[in-house]
Amino acid sequence: MVKTKVEEAARNAEYPLFIPFIMAGDPDPDITVELAMQLQEAGAHILELGIPYSDPLADGPLLQRSAARALEQGMSLQRAMQLVPKMRDKGVTIPVIIFTYFNPVMRMGEELFLDQVNEMGADGVLIPDLPYEESRDIEKKAAERGLANISLVAPTSGARIEKIAQEAEGFLYCVSSLGVTGTRDSFPPEAYTFIEKVKANSKAPVAVGFGISTPEQVDNLHGVCDGVIVGSAIMRKVEECTSLMQDPEKRTKALADIKSFVSSLISS
Amino acid sequence: MQTMYPDGKGRFGNFGGKFVPETLMYALEELENSLNDALEDSAFLKEYHDTLQEYAGRPTPLTYAERLTKELGGASVYLKREDLLHTGAHKLNNAIGQALLAKRMGKKKIVAETGAGQHGVATATVCARLGLECKVFMGEEDTRRQELNVFRMELLGAEVVPVDSGSKTLKDATNEAIRYWVANVEDTFYLIGSVVGPHPYPRMVRDFQRIIGEETKSQFQQLTNRLPEAVCACVGGGSNAIGMFYPFLEDEVKLYGAEAAGQGLNTEKHAATISKGTKGVIHGSLTYLIQDENGQIIEPYSISAGLDYPGIGPEHAHLAESGRVSYEGVTDKEAIEALSYLTKTEGILPAIESAHALHIAFEKAKHMKKEEAVVICLSGRGDKDVHSIKAFMERESE
Repeated sequence: MVKTKVEEAARNAEYPLFIPFIMAGDPDPDITVELAMQLQEAGAHILELGIPYSDPLADGPLLQRSAARALEQGMSLQRAMQLVPKMRDKGVTIPVIIFTYFNPVMRMGEELFLDQVNEMGADGVLIPDLPYEESRDIEKKAAERGLANISLVAPTSGARIEKIAQEAEGFLYCVSSLGVTGTRDSFPPEAYTFIEKVKANSKAPVAVGFGISTPEQVDNLHGVCDGVIVGSAIMRKVEECTSLMQDPEKRTKALADIKSFVSSLISS
Repeated sequence: MQTMYPDGKGRFGNFGGKFVPETLMYALEELENSLNDALEDSAFLKEYHDTLQEYAGRPTPLTYAERLTKELGGASVYLKREDLLHTGAHKLNNAIGQALLAKRMGKKKIVAETGAGQHGVATATVCARLGLECKVFMGEEDTRRQELNVFRMELLGAEVVPVDSGSKTLKDATNEAIRYWVANVEDTFYLIGSVVGPHPYPRMVRDFQRIIGEETKSQFQQLTNRLPEAVCACVGGGSNAIGMFYPFLEDEVKLYGAEAAGQGLNTEKHAATISKGTKGVIHGSLTYLIQDENGQIIEPYSISAGLDYPGIGPEHAHLAESGRVSYEGVTDKEAIEALSYLTKTEGILPAIESAHALHIAFEKAKHMKKEEAVVICLSGRGDKDVHSIKAFMERESE
């Protein structure tokens, strides 16, 4: 089978394969598009575009707040996907993954959703509440369209790791430690053993997410996995800079601040 | 065959399943294996039944509502008295079953969600009895509306955690309980309060609640040597209803579920998931739910906190789709009228939740033959609701 664009980008990246997450529509759709461009310029290899959801089970307080703000702006799965062509117009060329809980997908219809992902120029999907057993169908339909369906493994996956890792498509999202999204000061020592086990089993590149916010953490994972996923730490910066970004005179400076934060993580 | 579900994938027909983050999958497998072992272990079943009998007060009576029957002028009306169970509602049956299972699995920490507080109180009660650590998540809004239940849980030694995310009610308390479980899954047992959530929860809660229907069936047969023509129960998540219905699924008995129609099915203020909802995923299960056109979940409304849930158990979704159970909406007003009527004719003050089932049963009974019978699951007592009932009646009389 031909490799998806996501897998190609993931394989070609030097450490750290860097995958930022941003929430569509927080604080507004235009800034989301700008942010995508800044992240690419900072060196991101793949972008996760988050769809705000009313009941985000896997998310900590920071991304819950971010989703709530985006929903207040009227953001939806449909509207978020329409941001992808705008990103492309601005010059975003890296693969974009639509990160969404399953309910909005089901509401839209799986087939229509995947067709839209394709038509809008996105390259993959990640559905955190669709574990291996429930995702066989959508994985197949995604593959038929040349889209990557990103799988997750967690520290509790145990005997499931092999099965999930060996079928991983694009890259494998390795959840660093138990709990919801959000920053953690450090990982427990057993996290490294777990990540090494995942890496040993995976045919696709392995990126670690949940709790990554500092250059030291990125350094410590060098040699253990292929890259990192950073979401809450970026959206925390966005939250802090919201009023600046919405002020036309201060927007450029605010975006540059976020970009330099991301650059510092990548060049660690 | 309606009783063969769930299947190997945890589905009831097209509904159910496990739509949860990967972190929880191992815990659900572990739970399923432990549950299967426990349900085949006679010592476990004996402990469950002994606790229900000696501690909780089972069997609960089946009461013939004689005066009410005469006034309605139709079928005989019987009440299954879960209101007489310890802590005042059917919730304790399930809390006892799951807490004993947690103990058997060696888990000493229990986490639960609660809306109005009945499940929280039941969980805190059984945790006190078994010496388990108990943490209950409750929407901040609900902690204000149900201050006394918060205090009751604290008296029982539980920690009540107010939830200020989302709409600050049951849906969000459930989200937060699941998030807490994701972070503490290795030593914590999530004791869910209704037939909702990912597999095996809907099946497990049903199996710990089916004692309601099993007792009803044998009590009714003892009295009359036959089965009732109709059985009614209220449905929020649907645990008392499935407990009542399940033993009757293969029988020629009409089954009616009462959903909260709030201020009316044609308003936006209701919690009528089957009548007005669409297919989707909530709290790990594929079912019907109240959502907008973009798949965002909408906060429901009902005067009754126990029915105020945007989803419904997947088995109910299946029983609705297959046509085996008929689900009908009952408004706040109809429920309160039925509540007053029962209280005045029989001297039983039901919970507002249960009053929804009463309304349907009364309407059906009126049009049934005198030799026929209808049984209602009186899922809880109404003492907790006197403030809401008073406020509603005062508003109505203005």
